[in-house]
Amino acid sequence: MENLCLLIVLLPLAGAIAAGLFGRQLGRSGAHWVTILGVGAAFCLSFYVFSQIVLGDAPALNVNLYTWLETGGVPFRIGFLVDQLTATMMVVVTFVSWMVHIYTIGYMHDDPGYQRFFSYISLFTFSMLMLVMANNFLQLFFGWEAVGLVSYLLIGFWFKRESAIYANLKAFLVNRVGDFGFLLGIATVLMTFGSLDYGDVFRMAADKAGSTITILPGHEWKLMTVMSLLLFVGAMGKSAQWPLHVWLPDSMEGPTPISALIHAATMVTAGIFMVARMSPLFELTTTALSVVMIIGTITAFFMGLLGLVQHDIKRVVAYSTLSQLGYMTVALGASAYSAAIFHLFTHAFFKALLFLAAGSVIIGLHHEQDMRHMGGLRKYMPITWITSLIGSLALIGFPGTAGFFSKDAILEAVHASHTPGAQLAYYACLLGVFVTALYSFRLVFLVFHGEERMDHHAREHLHESPAVVTVPLIALAIPSIFAGMFGIGSMVFGDYFGSSIYVAKEHNVLGELAEEFHGAGHFVVEGFMGAPLWFAFAGVAVAWFLYLKRPDLPPKIAAALALPYRILVDKYGFDRFNDWFFAGGSRLMGGFLWRVGDVTLIDGLAVNGSARAVAWWAGIMRRMQSGYLYHYAFAMILGLLGLLAVFVHRMG
Amino acid sequence: MISLAHYLIVGAVLFCLSVAGIFINRKNVIVLLMCIELMLLAVNLNFIAFSHFLGNLTGQVFVFFILTVAAAESAIGLAILVVLFRNRSSINVEDLDEMRG
Amino acid sequence: MFQQIIFYWFALAAIFAGAMVITVRNPVHAALFLVLAFFSSAGLWLMLEAEFLAIALVLVYVGAVMVLFLFVVMMLDINIAVLREGFARYLPIAAVVALMMFGAIGYVVGPRYFGLDAAPSPAPAAASYSNTEAIGKVLYTDYVLPFEAAAVILLVAIVAAIALTHRGTRQSKAPRPERQVQVRRADRVRLIKMDAERGG
Repeated sequence: MENLCLLIVLLPLAGAIAAGLFGRQLGRSGAHWVTILGVGAAFCLSFYVFSQIVLGDAPALNVNLYTWLETGGVPFRIGFLVDQLTATMMVVVTFVSWMVHIYTIGYMHDDPGYQRFFSYISLFTFSMLMLVMANNFLQLFFGWEAVGLVSYLLIGFWFKRESAIYANLKAFLVNRVGDFGFLLGIATVLMTFGSLDYGDVFRMAADKAGSTITILPGHEWKLMTVMSLLLFVGAMGKSAQWPLHVWLPDSMEGPTPISALIHAATMVTAGIFMVARMSPLFELTTTALSVVMIIGTITAFFMGLLGLVQHDIKRVVAYSTLSQLGYMTVALGASAYSAAIFHLFTHAFFKALLFLAAGSVIIGLHHEQDMRHMGGLRKYMPITWITSLIGSLALIGFPGTAGFFSKDAILEAVHASHTPGAQLAYYACLLGVFVTALYSFRLVFLVFHGEERMDHHAREHLHESPAVVTVPLIALAIPSIFAGMFGIGSMVFGDYFGSSIYVAKEHNVLGELAEEFHGAGHFVVEGFMGAPLWFAFAGVAVAWFLYLKRPDLPPKIAAALALPYRILVDKYGFDRFNDWFFAGGSRLMGGFLWRVGDVTLIDGLAVNGSARAVAWWAGIMRRMQSGYLYHYAFAMILGLLGLLAVFVHRMG
Repeated sequence: MISLAHYLIVGAVLFCLSVAGIFINRKNVIVLLMCIELMLLAVNLNFIAFSHFLGNLTGQVFVFFILTVAAAESAIGLAILVVLFRNRSSINVEDLDEMRG
Repeated sequence: MFQQIIFYWFALAAIFAGAMVITVRNPVHAALFLVLAFFSSAGLWLMLEAEFLAIALVLVYVGAVMVLFLFVVMMLDINIAVLREGFARYLPIAAVVALMMFGAIGYVVGPRYFGLDAAPSPAPAAASYSNTEAIGKVLYTDYVLPFEAAAVILLVAIVAAIALTHRGTRQSKAPRPERQVQVRRADRVRLIKMDAERGG
């Protein structure tokens, strides 16, 4: 088992190295074969591990493989913790990654950076696996940073585009903010528990529940709250929660497979996964849970709204990702960790599906991404249409699809939760369902239905994408429908996660709900009577009315509601604020430091100043260096006289 | 009787004379060299006087080495002087300010 | 009493000679007074039973070094007048410095610390005592390495003095047969064609 896990991690790494360093020798097909085989093997092995641990009754694996270093009595180790939670994540990561690998063959078909791309996505798989399989905070942080790095590389994959460079820098910097908090959180953990090992930390956590910490003099804070919130800052960065969400829509500058792999299915879920993993810490502090829930609510609702005004097909999907991540975060805040992970799990499938479908559309239209130039593609791309319809239905939570189960579970959990802010969160999420349905079907109707708005030239070349594109679409569409049905019973309401997720008794909303749960079929029937579904149907209906029936209306609405519309188009001004305040402020401060610190102080005073001081002093000293022998002799004799005087003085 | 102090005073007088000589003959390198010889002589006198009164031969051995080094020094000093005079036709110290800062 | 007369005689001679060395105009005279100072010192050293060094001072120093001085002084054509400039000007400061120094040294080495009470005169050596032998013994046993080093220093001084003053052979006009035989016709003769001049 131990070696198996090592193999799972190392196979993608080997593929990445092979494709990255020897890509030229391997050639294009060599590069994709080696990485696809590596990741495919990793998926098969992950599935085997999954079947052993989750389906079978093998005990969770917790091993330390290697001690990297030991300092101050704290060992920094590399090790694996594979329990139900990890095994689930491993399967999701490797499966989606594998699909994306295959899909990439078609999407990147004539890109000059073909081998590089495969190397990166394999490297990403490796990093993500390291993240989820870690058994200590350090390795978690390693994986965390590694996925951040690969994300940076991939967003800027087309490094000749200025917008891509801007976007990857932005992603990197915003993630640094989150990582800074995360690092502080890890430091707090180390300070409190003296260990970075999950097992040790979680075992000792309950003892420290009452401790306080004084950061600002005079203010005592609950240690667990500080620790959890700092860790959550990291999750906010990686999982793009408000206000650190700004990087995710821009990251659509990367190639579409990346948007699917990283910015929908896997990397952005790292934050969700991390919080679920840290559940023994978060459970000790209701304050932190409440903050988590509110942040999630803000993200879920307001980011969804932004999806309504976007024209770029990928950006719409990106904002929907943000909003869905918000749902997961809300679930975390409600202590419904397993619901969050379940939504993560189902979302990974249908969001990857949506992205890949969007990519398929983009290929079909020769890299046209503006939905105003699409429409009526149903006839030309039937598979893409069907699959993205499935994806959208799953996204809005149509009864029976994967998204329905996970989203309903979240909504009910939030509804039942007693964490402060839960009721607000519930209604915001309900409204969010309407918004989700609206923008999802706006996308479907604008792209696949209605009149054909693309130009004549593009229409002639329209055809369905090749098999390497459609096969992954179909492969992802299947779990988008069925994953929920099989998962809901065990994953959310059952004992699926075992001891890997800890929920305090007073927070255990899912436990309460489980008593009313009578199987997936019953859940669907109940869904038809619940409010969320009607909100979703309303959304679809409004979308149909606005974009198919009366396509002349939306511009008029936009004109009538000019101010809200402008706020939405401006993305609430976050980008502008960040540019003005953080970037501009940094530039201003940099300019100030440059002028005062560098030019005046360092260059002027320290470097040139010391040189000038030496020159000045030397100018004085050179007058003493007359070059005349007798002056030196005179100085010597004076010195001798002085020494004699001292000698005599001491004698006397 | 003649005490150690007598000899030391003679040495001190010779030494101070040579110091004064360095001051007043500041231009003539040859006399400067002679003053240095005189100075060493004064020092040697001190060494020998101490050696005698303390009954220790080490002082005399030291004088021996001083004489050796002084001889070498004056030989080289005079050689430099000769070369200097050959190049400049002068031994005026004031002409020697190559090292002026 | 006799000893004191001799001491004072030599001491005063040495001091007088030293004073003359630094004041006379002519460097030749200065060198000769230096010789006198050496001689007087040698006399004082004899009184201190340092016979070997006294003899060495006279033979080596007066005989070799001072002769070298005289030789150089006479060889160089020195403009004494220029060199004497500033003599009177620097006399006061020289006197002040010298007196201060003498005051300081005299205070330390005077009878207070080194009088007969502090350092009694040792008994005169026996007639069979040989200062030369004693120094030789010390020099060739305890100080053999410094002694060898001193020898090397002298050798270096010889080499250095020659190297400094040696003019080299480049300036010599002596013929060089080895180069003469290698000369070719082209090095010496050049044939030029030119038009004959027309008589005008």
